[in-house]
Amino acid sequence: MRLPILAATLIITAARVSAAEPFIIVQSTTSTQNSGLYDSILPEFTAASGIAVRVVAVGTGQAIMNARNCDGDVLLVHAKAAEEKFVADGAGVSRSDIMYNDFVIVGPHDDPAGLSDAKTVSKAFDKLESGDFVFTSRGDDSGTHKKEMALWQMAGVDPTQASGTWYRETGSGMGATLNIAIGMNAYAMTDRATWIAFGNKADHKIVFEGDNALFNQYGVILVNGERCPSVKAEEGQAFIDWLLSETGQSAIGAYRRQGQQLFFPNARK
Amino acid sequence: MLEIGTAFRAAFNLIVGFDPDLVEIIGLSLQVTLTAVFVACLIGFPLGAVLAVGRFPMRGTLVVLVNALMGLPPVVVGLGVYLMLSRAGPLGVLNLLYTPTAMVIAQVILVTPIIAALTRQVIEDMNLEYDELLRSMGAGRLSQMLTLLWDARYALMTAALAGLGRALAEVGAVMIVGGNINHVTRVMTTAIALETSKGELALALGLGIILMALSIALNATLMGFRRTAERLAYA
Repeated sequence: MRLPILAATLIITAARVSAAEPFIIVQSTTSTQNSGLYDSILPEFTAASGIAVRVVAVGTGQAIMNARNCDGDVLLVHAKAAEEKFVADGAGVSRSDIMYNDFVIVGPHDDPAGLSDAKTVSKAFDKLESGDFVFTSRGDDSGTHKKEMALWQMAGVDPTQASGTWYRETGSGMGATLNIAIGMNAYAMTDRATWIAFGNKADHKIVFEGDNALFNQYGVILVNGERCPSVKAEEGQAFIDWLLSETGQSAIGAYRRQGQQLFFPNARK
Repeated sequence: MLEIGTAFRAAFNLIVGFDPDLVEIIGLSLQVTLTAVFVACLIGFPLGAVLAVGRFPMRGTLVVLVNALMGLPPVVVGLGVYLMLSRAGPLGVLNLLYTPTAMVIAQVILVTPIIAALTRQVIEDMNLEYDELLRSMGAGRLSQMLTLLWDARYALMTAALAGLGRALAEVGAVMIVGGNINHVTRVMTTAIALETSKGELALALGLGIILMALSIALNATLMGFRRTAERLAYA
């Protein structure tokens, strides 16, 4: 009795897939997805080009690994050094800056460690080394995690020595890490877009921001079709061209959450 | 922090508003899960019966193995299927990664051991009682298995429901092989994970409540089906 129904749904699925418009797969980061940026700008691109964009949002490390396995046409992440290595290794064609925002440090509203008094992010991280306050780290090789590790190094602190005590590596995405930080009344580093769009802020607030070292650059790369024959190079390039065009750039700049601009377009003209 | 009431309100608003995204997500969840459980039944029932009735070397080892595979971590299955279906993997040419079909494959791997192991137990217990009778009637191994499977059909429905519960609830496998792509591979559990990561806890919990309701409805339907069938059988 169930058999015909199941057979029908399978056929419908197959039909839906084959009749679908051309699409590309973009390996990307959670911050761009969770902040709602893609929901805002992708329909515009699809309407103009007829190309649907399927976003797989994971940490930057995993996104790069997936793209290395040829499981995507375009890579849009935020870890410049890793992106340049991706291109240098021949996995990607070329890398372009597309937009930026910045990282911030969030913490309990009364800021017990006094991070807001620090002049630089290095000084802020120094204050955490005392070990009296909990800091939750992504610990997942994402773009944010790579940045955080670079900042600790700049501060001359090796927090991984204290892993499990005041330094907690969650091994999870940005949202999960923020949920943990809020649950434990701890500090955490996040990109501003994710924080503004985050729905479970409780009493947490931004306690440190504004250091140039917290700059967060996003880049876009076409996966190399010579290495990965499955790559839809033409459609992927069309998407990249659109992102870098005036239309795409102003669509990125126009996106607001709670009246605030989350991403600042900076493609080279 | 978070009121349960807010979650129920979120669930209520989604259902009453007949949210088109929600309808799509529920539809895909059901489609993937029911297809996976159906395929898993096609494999698991005969496999369980063979393990229960068959007499062959290594049978005990196989039984232990199938029982152990009930505890397969979904994320490991997801990773394994990803590595197979990835463009860089052996089955990459099939172009199945990030499609509902990939999610079905992963769930079949997860669910088949559960159905096979439970089937084996049911059939083996039944066989203790009927083995002599069936053989005295001259039934071969094959017809013995088929007879027992048919007689155990209501108990096997519970095995299928256990598999359904697993498939409907897991997130680790479908997240990796489906990619949680909006309008393509987003199902209930990956949507819940996404909303949690956005900090939209009330909405996430609301979706969880809807998933529970869905599970109850499915189970109740099958239970009603069984009752009716039993009544008809005795009438």
